[in-house]
Parts: sequence; structure tokens; C-alpha cells
Amino acid sequence: MIAWLFDPSHWTGQTGIWIRVVEHLAYSGITLAFAMAIGLPLGLYIGHTGRGRVVMAGIANALRALPTLGLLILGVLIISPVITNDLAFTLPCIIVLVILAIPPIMTNTFAGVAAVPEEIKQAGYGMGMTSRQVLWQVELPNALPLIVAGIRSSALQVIATATVAAYVSLGGLGRYLIDGLATQDYAQMAAGSLLVVILAVLVEIALVGVQTLIVSPGVSARKLRLTNARSARAAQRAESDERGTGPSAAGTSGTTDQEMAHR
Amino acid sequence: MTAGIAAASLSGGASLNAAGNVSLNWLGSNAGEIVSMFVHHIVLSGIPTLAGLIIALPIGAFANRYRWAYTPTITIAGLFYTLPSLAVFVLLPLVLGTKILDPLNVIIALIIYTLALLVRVVADGLASVPEETVQAAEAMGYRSVRRFLTVDLPIAAPVILAGLRVASVANVSILSVAALLGIPQLGQLFTEGFQLDFYAPIIAGIVLTVFLAFVFDGIIVVAERLMTPWKRARTEEVTA
Repeated sequence: MIAWLFDPSHWTGQTGIWIRVVEHLAYSGITLAFAMAIGLPLGLYIGHTGRGRVVMAGIANALRALPTLGLLILGVLIISPVITNDLAFTLPCIIVLVILAIPPIMTNTFAGVAAVPEEIKQAGYGMGMTSRQVLWQVELPNALPLIVAGIRSSALQVIATATVAAYVSLGGLGRYLIDGLATQDYAQMAAGSLLVVILAVLVEIALVGVQTLIVSPGVSARKLRLTNARSARAAQRAESDERGTGPSAAGTSGTTDQEMAHR
Repeated sequence: MTAGIAAASLSGGASLNAAGNVSLNWLGSNAGEIVSMFVHHIVLSGIPTLAGLIIALPIGAFANRYRWAYTPTITIAGLFYTLPSLAVFVLLPLVLGTKILDPLNVIIALIIYTLALLVRVVADGLASVPEETVQAAEAMGYRSVRRFLTVDLPIAAPVILAGLRVASVANVSILSVAALLGIPQLGQLFTEGFQLDFYAPIIAGIVLTVFLAFVFDGIIVVAERLMTPWKRARTEEVTA
């Protein structure tokens, strides 16, 4: 694997590592852009109005259970015969990837907006803000940490699934795994896998960096987070006192993954 | 012939029916094989989910008990979740010294994913146990392991089991990717369907995978109801 990675001929040309990395990032970026364009407004709308929560949770749960490999193959078998140009295999992959990338973004955006404390929203309305202003100036900034967390988990999922999509002819680093498998070239497979892992971790680190840049210090400040945690715990205790129950799953803190937003 | 069916089924509803009959025949004649794949899928996704839960409990308890350990433990666990599954399936044999077709690779990979999800959930679930409850338990003489098993864990159960539901469903669907390496389970229906250019195995695979995910999910929901009788008594009132 190491020898394969350090062979200069594997880094250049049409099937070279650089081209594959760029392809992988391009497909993932395009997918993420579409998923954000659909998931963010939907999540904001559902979070702000409270409408359609049950439908959203149902769709998100159902999509999570669907096997990605099956969807990719089904997508290619259904769509590619209809398309005659170069996109015949790429387009169905991108469509399936977008469908899978929407739920984490949408449910996290919803959860972020829904988790903004009622008093903070009331303060906004009390200052004479319109519903739209409260959404943009109060709910959105407060929800940003969770929203970005959703985008992060979505991005990782797309990078991972794009690897699988190489099986149905998508380019990118997954090609090394699939081609290596076909030719029994284990060094190539392992090197490709390592490159995907490195890419995923680098993207995750970059997105964490973006998160610290765009989240308002007023929201991300450690001091505030501690107060929030304390008040959340107090609220939870009050709630459980009232219901005479133990802590409910709904009150779990720090559930940044989309996965938890479905409750 | 199969390519013809795929092409014909795209052109209209009438030919879809014809394809449907062929599909039923295909399912009938391959029933034995499909059942065997299904059983493999249950084992290969069920064992890692259970094992992951058992391993996550002490790690999560450790992260919750020692403040300094929380952030590093959660960060490392979270980092594992960033690893793409197919890459992990391929790289694990290098780390473990196993063969690439060894089901052990898949089991360990899914245990890693389960841990990545559950360690945080266990720590946060235990953190949500009210201080008064802990004090009451201590005052009644409940100590260390006994308190953990009979007081902390049942109270944290709803949170932990909510996480386990996510992990079990994720494991069922991640496992199908292992078909690309030729490890027998329901994902093979997808690769077979792709090679034959034939919908029936793919749709059967998707339906069975989703069905299994719902079965696991249902089992955990029932387990939660059994483990938290106090919750049911009150929530019925609240929702009524």
C-alpha cells in the first residue's frame, strides 16, 4: 500500500490521485450544495412554524433505514437508460446522494431552531421584530451550531457514499477501491481507502474551522454554553419533577447528530 | 432477456406487469438463497450492535465520571464516525491481520460505528441522572457497581436506547455495503441485480433491509417500554 501510494506515476494523469481527489471533492460539493439548498429552507420553515414535524421525522427515519448501495444501483438502472449524454451514470448517483444528504441537514436545522429557548424568541418579538426578523436575527444565529453540525454529518456521509457510488461508475477516490477489487490489486484498494479516510478527516477538520468562524461568539462562548447547559439541566429537572418521570430522551443535550433529532 | 425487461419496464405500465411476474418467479426460485442472506444480515448487524452497547457502557460511564476524560473520549469516538465504511472494511484486514473476506472485519467495523454513536449517548444519558436520585440511592446504601446497574442505568435507559435505535438502523444499512467485497448478506441482492440488470433482487433487498431495520427498532422500543414502566404510567396521562 505504501509503495503504491509513493509511486509517482499514481499521482499524475487522468486516473491519478490528484484528479481523483478533485473529482471526489467536486461530486461531494455539488451534492452538498443541492442538499443544503433544499434542506436548509425546509428545516428553517418547519422549525419556525412547527408545521410538518411529524412528516419530516417520518421521512428522515425511513431514509436512514434505506441501504445506500441498493438506492444507488436502483437509481442507475432506472435513470441511466433514459439519458444519452455523459451524465448517464453521474446524474443518478448525484440525485441519490442528494436525497440521502438532505435529512441530516433538514432535521438538524429544525432541531436547532426548535431548541431556541422561548424567552429569547419572546424577547425578539417584544423588541418589535416581525416573525421573519425573529427567524433571521434570533433563531438562525442561535441554531447555527446545530445547523453546521448537520452539514458536517451530511458532508461526511456524502464523502463516504460517493466512495460506494464508484461501484456504479461514479469517479473519485472510490474508483481505486472498485478497480482494485476487480483486478485483485489489494495495494491499490488499501491506498484508495486510506486516501478516502484522510480526505474525510481533513474535510471534517475544515468544517469545524468554518463552524468556529461563522457561529457568533455570543452563542459559542464557553461561558454562555455553561449557563445554557445549567439551565437546560434545570429545565429538564423541572420537567421530570412535573411529570414524576426520569429524564426523557427528548431532553438529551449535545445530540448534534441528525440521528437524534428524530425523537 | 433481462436487459429487455429493464428497458421495457421504463416504457410503460403494461410492461411493468410483465416484469412483475418475472420478478415473482425470480423471488420464488431464489427463496432459499434469500433466506440465507437474511439470516447472515441479522447476525452480522445484530452482534455488533449488542457488542457495541456492552462496550460503550463502561467507556461512557468513565467519560461521565471523570470530567477531564469527557472531551477526549467523545472527540475520539466522534472521529471514528467520520471514517467511510467501505474504506474501513478494506483497511481493517491490514490492522487486524485478517483476510479481506473475513466477516470479522465487518463485525469489528460496525462495533466501531456503534461505539462512535453510543459512547457519547451513554455519557450524556448518565449525566442526566438527577443529583437527588443519586444522593437518595447512596443514602439507601447503593454503592458503585450496584448503584450503576440498578439506579443510574435504568434512569438513563431512555436516552441510551434512543441512541441504540439509531445505531441498530445504521448498522443494518451500512452492512449492505460489505457486498462490494463479497461478504454474504442482503447487500448481495443489490450487486446481483446490478450484474443482471434486473430490478427484482434490488427491490427485494431494499424491502428486506428496511424490514430488518424496523424489526430491530421495534425490539428496542419494546425493551424500553419493559425497562421503564414508570415512564409509561405518566406519559399516558400526559398525552391523553
